[in-house]
Amino acid sequence: MTLLVAQIVLTLFVFFMLLNSAAVMVYVERKVAAFLQQRLGPYRVGWQGVLQPLADIVKLLFKEELRPRAADAFLFALAPVISATCAFAAFAVVPFGAETTLGGWLPEPLRLQVSDVNVAILVVFAIASMSVYGIVLAGWSSNSKYSLLGGLRSSAQMISYELSYGLALASVLLLGQSMSLTDIVNLQSGTWFGFIPRWNVFFLPCGLIAFLIYMTAGIAETNRAPFDFPEAEQELVAGYHTEYSSMSFAMFFLAEYVNMVTVSAVATDLFLGGWHGPFLPESFGWIWFLVKVGAILFFYVWMRWTLPRYRYDQLMRFGWKVLLPVAVVNLLATAAGVLYFGL
Amino acid sequence: MGSDLTFYLFAAIAIAASLLVIAQRNPIYSVLLLIASFGALSGLYVLLDAPFVAVIQIIVYAGAIMVLFLFVVMLLNASHEETEYDERVHPLLQAGPMRFGAFLAAALMIELVWALMKGGGESGAFPGKAVSGVKEIGQLLFTDYAFPFEVTSILILVAMVGAVVLARRETHQ
Repeated sequence: MTLLVAQIVLTLFVFFMLLNSAAVMVYVERKVAAFLQQRLGPYRVGWQGVLQPLADIVKLLFKEELRPRAADAFLFALAPVISATCAFAAFAVVPFGAETTLGGWLPEPLRLQVSDVNVAILVVFAIASMSVYGIVLAGWSSNSKYSLLGGLRSSAQMISYELSYGLALASVLLLGQSMSLTDIVNLQSGTWFGFIPRWNVFFLPCGLIAFLIYMTAGIAETNRAPFDFPEAEQELVAGYHTEYSSMSFAMFFLAEYVNMVTVSAVATDLFLGGWHGPFLPESFGWIWFLVKVGAILFFYVWMRWTLPRYRYDQLMRFGWKVLLPVAVVNLLATAAGVLYFGL
Repeated sequence: MGSDLTFYLFAAIAIAASLLVIAQRNPIYSVLLLIASFGALSGLYVLLDAPFVAVIQIIVYAGAIMVLFLFVVMLLNASHEETEYDERVHPLLQAGPMRFGAFLAAALMIELVWALMKGGGESGAFPGKAVSGVKEIGQLLFTDYAFPFEVTSILILVAMVGAVVLARRETHQ
């Protein structure tokens, strides 16, 4: 009974933390952007502007909900819901800490993971592949040229990069010999030669290449700069969400940030050893997890304000002619290595 | 009991969504309903203790193939199906694709009934060993089913080469 309650509390906890993470990321994004551009960024609402996300949410809530007259009303309302749902759903299979009894308070140890599925990697991949529908439907149902172009771009882009994304996941699957994220993380505990952590990213060279492919494809999958073609402000106004306002716009915004957090969390579990790290006892592993996810998220923001957007044909050429062949060769090399060294 | 209920729920969604697919005038809604039907089908696979098949169903059909469908529908911008026939007379009373389609549907129905009668109503049980795990499916694919598997991939390759040849424009110097 206590365990059931704990499970429900855990689910709600993850949900609200994801909601909060979006708010925190909005603040971090604005502050880091300001820093990189030698500005101050938000600083008036609360200490150093920390309450700025709250002010943003209130502003969005009180805006008018607009809909173009020629839009398809049902799909126009459904699209942001699909985006937000897919963004949250993927985190359900992501473990973020070792089993814990909360200091002996629970009779049995509780997994810090909403649901332990034995095909967790594939679930993450499946939900990532479903999230394209939110954007495509938003683009189509708005009945606007910019939105439609954004929607078409996103479907082409996400299909192209999904292949490399999947192949990078498959490489890890070979290294971990399992599809459960918990197993993969647990295999990465300990060290090589006493000082190099046994993380998959340090499994040279295959692990590192798979990590780079995963991050590149992950940035493309989440439509972040320099791959933010579906919304490319300068060409498409705001792409698929041009016609959205108020809370439905906020839901797309939320989905984008939660997707970033999920991709970073999965990258941490797959490549960076999850909650394993030196200096801290196992029960405080979630601190390491947060640190690693935070580092990847900072990298995301850093990338956005450093690199210019590519051209669309460059994106496609890079995806199909560079990233995909490298991913295929890397997968074969990983398989050969695993067979040869008998891991 | 609980799993019976979820079975009926998923089965009802799958059937209703599949029926609605062909009842739509707007092809975008047809595509979406087909996705819903695939989703319900993958729920049924989960109930059969085959999570791997369920997830692959979502990845391959709902996540990849249907995105391409949606992409094509959007590119053609076919917002509503054109009705070319005279709407005052019932379509089955005129010559045209409707009549041919109705004939094919009737033939399929008869075949289905015949096959079910002949099969003697055996239901459910998997032939031989259970094939739910990733490892078992992989082993079966590369041993017992290696030939059909490879032949299918060659078939898809042929279709792809054909599409490339058809779509490529001849370049003259």
